[in-house]
Amino acid sequence: MAILVIAEHDNQQLKTGVANTIAAAAEIGGDISVLVAGTGCAQVAAAVAKITGVTKVLIADAPQYAESLAENIAALVVSIAKNYTHILAPATGFGKNFMPRVAALLDVAQVSDISAIVSPDTFVRPIYAGNVLSTVQSKDLIKVITVRITGFDAAGESASAAPIENVPAVADSGLSQFKGHELTKSSRPELTAARVIVSGGRGMGSGENFKLLEALADKLGAAVGASRAAVDSGFVPNDYQVGQTGKIVAPELYVAVGISGAIQHLAGMKDSKVIVAINKDAEAPIFQIANYWLVEDLFKAVPELTAAL
Amino acid sequence: MKVLVAIKRVVDPNIKVRVKTDGTGVETANVKMAMNPFCEIAVEQAVRMKEAGTVTEIVVVSIGVPQCQETLRTALAMGADRAILVEVATEVQPLAVAKLLKALVDREQPGLVLMGKQAIDDDCNQSGQMLAGLLGWPQATFISKIEVAGDHADITREVDGGLENITVKMPAVVTADLRLNEPRYVTLPNIMKSKKKPLENIKPDALGVDVTPRLTTLKVEEPPKRGAGVKLADVAELVNKLKNEAKVI
Ligand SMILES: Cc1cc2nc3c(=O)[nH]c(=O)nc-3n(C[C@H](O)[C@H](O)[C@H](O)COP(=O)(O)OP(=O)(O)OC[C@H]3O[C@@H](n4cnc5c(N)ncnc54)[C@H](O)[C@@H]3O)c2cc1C
Ligand SMILES: Nc1ncnc2c1ncn2[C@@H]1O[C@H](COP(=O)(O)O)[C@@H](O)[C@H]1O
Repeated sequence: MAILVIAEHDNQQLKTGVANTIAAAAEIGGDISVLVAGTGCAQVAAAVAKITGVTKVLIADAPQYAESLAENIAALVVSIAKNYTHILAPATGFGKNFMPRVAALLDVAQVSDISAIVSPDTFVRPIYAGNVLSTVQSKDLIKVITVRITGFDAAGESASAAPIENVPAVADSGLSQFKGHELTKSSRPELTAARVIVSGGRGMGSGENFKLLEALADKLGAAVGASRAAVDSGFVPNDYQVGQTGKIVAPELYVAVGISGAIQHLAGMKDSKVIVAINKDAEAPIFQIANYWLVEDLFKAVPELTAAL
Repeated sequence: MKVLVAIKRVVDPNIKVRVKTDGTGVETANVKMAMNPFCEIAVEQAVRMKEAGTVTEIVVVSIGVPQCQETLRTALAMGADRAILVEVATEVQPLAVAKLLKALVDREQPGLVLMGKQAIDDDCNQSGQMLAGLLGWPQATFISKIEVAGDHADITREVDGGLENITVKMPAVVTADLRLNEPRYVTLPNIMKSKKKPLENIKPDALGVDVTPRLTTLKVEEPPKRGAGVKLADVAELVNKLKNEAKVI
């Protein structure tokens, strides 16, 4: 078997999740090539080469890969796809965007968001917001797969570096153009990489009140997340959203504050190791999955907790 | 400009689904069904664009069992003009959905295809991207804003770090995220009116598409349950548990 992993990066740094995707590839078994497509991304390729399990790094360095536009990345992946039995990318905004396009161009199914590998052609994936696990088998010659990164522990670093080869770029499709980013700046860890997450819901009442959670997060070295209700109410930016349609996280500790526990929210965090919930409603469904819970007003409990740490 | 909107009938998002006792699938008999929430947002967007004068005709398409007609009627009541049901009795996977939609795009020649970013039953998040690929059109996924300006559209997309702005050439396939808009409620007079709007019924064969599933579901099961947790008296007890029992801080 020959596996191709598509690396997510910003031309400088590899994103968390790539090492987990490589670990998933290693579980399938076989040679693992990792494609780094970008502009001036040599240092990313060098970092990938040191990840355990990587056989070869392929680098496509061209201006049309600067911003991971789906049309261009998909065309590049398709141009080398026939050498592989499996093509994997993390099931992040990056992978979800272009991988189905690759699958369609290859006339194969995509297996989305796998959380476990049963055999090289059989995978487990959550459906219905994680309320059901489905085991599916693919008989397609090339298996196009996105990987739920919380399902696999990140591969480590190896002592020796894998060789790096150039692959030719495919001409710019000209179909879409990148105009700019409005990225949230934060000094805290990224949600998907954090060991601890403190999340707030509608119960926070305002964006201003999120300062209470930030103070707690600073004590815990935690990332700050949110429910959709908190995002829709404008308390915090969209990239804070945890859930079925936001980010999927599985930290060691998840503290849910003023969040009721709708299935769509649970879908994004119920695989966390330890869940703490603070809610003033003793009937809140979040308590059904929490390891520890406090039925208290958050405006009392959160400052107390911050002070006690 | 004509737009095509693809809508899926799914189990109502507020319902907690149950796995069938034989582990072959999810219980859908006598379960409340609804339009996939992201598809509702896509329909709403089309209707708003028609109200704003950018769109002249809205064609909604659903693929599935005859009951999808109800879902199509809802879209017609929201303001779509015409509906097409591609009737398929068995499971239709995203690649087949994309192929059927491509055949309809070839026939209808819309200037824009609007879809949901994800169906909340299979959680695949594939069909729009696949359709764009098959058509050789640009794609804009997870959009929270779209403005069509002549031969292109300015788009804001929700990405992991925040938002991204791109421009796509038209025609294009776009998939709606939650914050694109808030769908309207359908009113009784509009429901009555929708009954008179045209609804065409076609079979996959007529579109020359093989809808045989590529993936075989071997089993479905419920995920392992989390052990029962404990209610604590106060913050001091919580800190103690986190330090000494869970050892996470
Ligand atoms: C298609 C679809 C996708 C969705 N995707 C997501 C998703 O990805 N992520 C997500 O989170 N949601 C998602 N949702 C929305 C989800 O269904 C819920 O509406 C949402 O999670 C509710 O957020 P919440 O718990 O913050 O708000 P609410 O349900 O309003 O809960 C607020 C909680 O705060 C508590 N509270 C209030 N004041 C206080 C106080 N002073 N002290 C302590 N507790 C207090 C209340 O008791 C209540 O339990 C989705 C919905 C749909 C239809
Ligand atoms: N059976 C279907 N009928 C109509 N549209 C569909 C169907 N399945 C998927 N779609 C469209 O594709 C989107 C994404 O679905 P999926 O790729 O299954 O997550 C949905 O929001 C719909 O717009």
